[in-house]
Amino acid sequence: MTALLTIIVLLLVAIAIWQMTKIFELSQSGSDDSQIANDKDNKINGYLMFGFLIFIYLLTIYSFYAWGDVILGTPASEHGPQYDNLMGISMALIFFVQIVTQALLYFFAYKYRGQVGKKALFYADNDKLEFIWTIIPVVVLAGLILYGLFTWTTLMDIDEEEGDPIIIELYAQQFNWKARYAGDDNVLGQANVRLIDINKNNVIGIDEADSYGEDDIVSQTELHLPVGRKVIFKMRSQDVLHSAYMPHFRAQMNCVPGMITQFSFTPTITTEEMRLDPDISEKVQKINKIRAERRANGDDNADAWEFDYVLLCNKICGSSHYNMQMKIVVESQEEFDAWLDGQQTFKETIASAE
Amino acid sequence: MSAHASDTHLEDHAHDHGHHHKETFITKYIFSQDHKMISKQYLITGLIMGVIGIAMSLLFRMQIAWPGESFKTFEVLLGKWAPDGVMDPNIYLALVTIHGTIMVFFVLTQGLSGTFSNLLIPLQIGARDMASGFMNMVSYWLFFVSSIIMVISLFVEAGPAAAGWTIYPPLSALPQAQGGSGLGMTLWLVSMAIFIASSLLGSLNYVVTVINLRTKGMSMTRLPLTIWAFFVTAIIGIVSFPVLLSAALLLIMDRSFGTSFFLSDIFIQGEVLHYQGGSPVLFEHLFWFLGHPEVYIVLLPALGITSEIIATNSRKPIFGYRAMVASILAIAFLSTIVWGHHMFVSGMNPFLGSVFTFTTLLIAIPSAVKAFNYITTLWKGNLQLNPAMLFSIGLVSTFITGGLTGIILGDSALDINVHDTYFVVAHFHLVMGISALYGMFAGIYHWYPKMFGTMMNKNLGYIHFWITAICAYGVFFPMHFVGMAGVPRRYYTNTNFPMFDDLTNVQVVMTVFALIAGAAQLIFAWNFVHSIFYGKKAPQNPWNSNTIEWTTPVEHIHGNWPGAIPEVHRWAYDYSKTNEDGEYVIPGQDFVPQTVPLQENEEELNH
Ligand code: HEM
Ligand SMILES: [Cu+2]
Ligand SMILES: [Cu+2]
Repeated sequence: MTALLTIIVLLLVAIAIWQMTKIFELSQSGSDDSQIANDKDNKINGYLMFGFLIFIYLLTIYSFYAWGDVILGTPASEHGPQYDNLMGISMALIFFVQIVTQALLYFFAYKYRGQVGKKALFYADNDKLEFIWTIIPVVVLAGLILYGLFTWTTLMDIDEEEGDPIIIELYAQQFNWKARYAGDDNVLGQANVRLIDINKNNVIGIDEADSYGEDDIVSQTELHLPVGRKVIFKMRSQDVLHSAYMPHFRAQMNCVPGMITQFSFTPTITTEEMRLDPDISEKVQKINKIRAERRANGDDNADAWEFDYVLLCNKICGSSHYNMQMKIVVESQEEFDAWLDGQQTFKETIASAE
Repeated sequence: MSAHASDTHLEDHAHDHGHHHKETFITKYIFSQDHKMISKQYLITGLIMGVIGIAMSLLFRMQIAWPGESFKTFEVLLGKWAPDGVMDPNIYLALVTIHGTIMVFFVLTQGLSGTFSNLLIPLQIGARDMASGFMNMVSYWLFFVSSIIMVISLFVEAGPAAAGWTIYPPLSALPQAQGGSGLGMTLWLVSMAIFIASSLLGSLNYVVTVINLRTKGMSMTRLPLTIWAFFVTAIIGIVSFPVLLSAALLLIMDRSFGTSFFLSDIFIQGEVLHYQGGSPVLFEHLFWFLGHPEVYIVLLPALGITSEIIATNSRKPIFGYRAMVASILAIAFLSTIVWGHHMFVSGMNPFLGSVFTFTTLLIAIPSAVKAFNYITTLWKGNLQLNPAMLFSIGLVSTFITGGLTGIILGDSALDINVHDTYFVVAHFHLVMGISALYGMFAGIYHWYPKMFGTMMNKNLGYIHFWITAICAYGVFFPMHFVGMAGVPRRYYTNTNFPMFDDLTNVQVVMTVFALIAGAAQLIFAWNFVHSIFYGKKAPQNPWNSNTIEWTTPVEHIHGNWPGAIPEVHRWAYDYSKTNEDGEYVIPGQDFVPQTVPLQENEEELNH
């Protein structure tokens, strides 16, 4: 069906092109076949330049109207609003510059289209003008840099001593995620891929000799986080590069074999609350409508969707890169504690394997 | 207007060329040492690679828009990689990888620089040929061999390289991790190593030629901006390509000889590998030390080409010649110290991230100056809207649109959430891919008469431009929204889980635009080939240009000028220059070629 549609579209386009050649050719005055632009070409293309400016504006407006709501929406972490704010300011700035410069460019292209006998202005230099448009970007960018660097340094300054953080390891492998909680002592036991022992169910290589590791808890299905508490993620990978991307939290860090990377944020909105967020619930409704249509067409991947935070892999890692994800549940401290209590500690896991 | 016989040495040389050594078909068309022929060889090889690269992008765009759907096209083109016409995830990644590699290196580095540096450096500085014709020939043939190897790698049993054009290890180092990392990746690396050798030979030649072989009167400050751009590009290439070569060599050692430069602590398919102590982040540093300058290697020649074309077709001097040269130099310098902006979340020290944010936003400044200067050049011009001019204006437009989003990506804090999403794909396609492609098209339309002695059909040129312009924005503008929705790049499908289902219609819109854009390139292909044989014969100086390549005869001759090399008396931008009385310097003619001596009562500009 779609294939047929594409063929029809392509055919129509081919016909349109053919027609356009005809128009261009007819519009050429008589016998001029120099293949160099003449006044008529300048006029037509000058007008088209102006038309193109309008096209860009309309495309921008239409994109906002049609797809403005696909963007991520309410941020779910403490630094999120600050991130979105910086993004908002930068976006406003670049849209302003975009609108003005494109207007000048295409308007000039239209206004000064060539004509035989017209004289161009010999205008080779103006130091003052050039100084002005060098200095304006300097000042504006300096402002942005300062704001950006302030956000960046506060975010990346990860202090384990401050504010009672919970330590969680994110462990990446082709093609799934695992999360390791540090347990009651809040210290992760030593680990290395050389210590992996599948027979003992030690799937991420925790050092059995390290007593800190005994109370560690490995979750292979879901990542639970208590709301309002700072989380420090320690990331590891066992095979290739992966990237732990948690878009709703404005968080991302690569997972690098042979090295431990880290990222930290404080989740502020529980999954339950987020489902009630107007942006999110609107998005979910829209998606579920699409899925209902698919269901009606007999598609199997079409169950109704309930919103959940996700952890995605965002660094090419092989054939199933596109499906390397894990559900994130943000919940109250009590719910979190209850969930954690239901999990096996590393010591129990090993014992039961023997 | 004719040249002054001035330099006896040059005279002798010209005399030499009088009694011609016999040329055979092979020395003339195949193992040619003539820069004009080599330039055509580069162009045609580059265009053929371009067809392959763009066709690949259309295939994977179809997969993104209609994920998992069965297409006859896939079955025919991909064979065993598309059982029942459904694309396999591995070949999706391979297509993305090879598409990126081909477009960046083969089309827009050697296809663009190789073509126009070779054509224009000798012709615009007034030299009989490159400093070393032989090295030039070797450079082309190395490029040819590397292209062939890259194409051969597509047919490898376990699949071509599929680790992304950035080939980050360990994925690219371990065949256990990905089929394409076996023989496919080996061929990729060999091909790129040869490519780098080709590029270095070419670049050295360009630099030496520009420094040594300028004709009398052609001071550095009289060089057309094209030459400045090619010259500086060649220098950046010489500085940064060897680093990629070393990265490739170290990767080859890790892959084949068991060293551990980039690998450590790996457990894969049930066993621990012996690698210990290496770091993938080191590879990222080495790769991007080339990778970032590479985007300017792609872009600067395009900017140089458009500077020349915009000035000529505006019938005005380029505004702020000195500022344009200064910004080329500034961009070149800064481009070597911003590579870390690709690595903000790679796990490198966050303090480094701050430094790279700073240098990156600095590079925005010379780029902004360039954009403003182009716009001012159009102001109060007498614009001759030839196809080359349209593509040049299009370049300024996409360069601005794509450049602006760079302000977001270059800001380490903001990069956190858009890194490696479609936002990046949209950004670099506009600022580098489409812009450089427009520059290449502009160059082809403009210098086609010089290369082939015939004119391309302008109406087909106009149609080619307008469809391409609309579709380029149609593909890459909405793509920003996809990125802002958090869709990671290099995903075989975005519908495997529900989160991105609401994006399916955007994806279809982009793919339809891409297919139309691809079809529009057929118009160009036809125009290009047809005009070689049936195009109208070109006049000597079709665009009324000042630069001295237009003083050579339309028919190519060995040594470029039949007599002595012309002497140069002025810069290249005396368009519409008037005397005090408001008359053109040469009455009735709005341009003053570089070969014309300063006239009586003419003021020379101090540039
Ligand atoms: C018809 C025109 C083109 C279309 C539709 C297109 C489309 C795409 C898309 C959708 C991707 C991202 C795929 C992904 O990350 O999953 C991509 C990747 C890429 N494209 Fe293009 N592209 C086009 C032309 C170009 C041009 C002219 C260049 C020249 C610079 C280029 C360079 C690249 C590069 C470097 C990548 C990254 C490859 C990688 O991720 O390893 N493309 N292209
Ligand atoms: Cu992954
Ligand atoms: Cu870069």
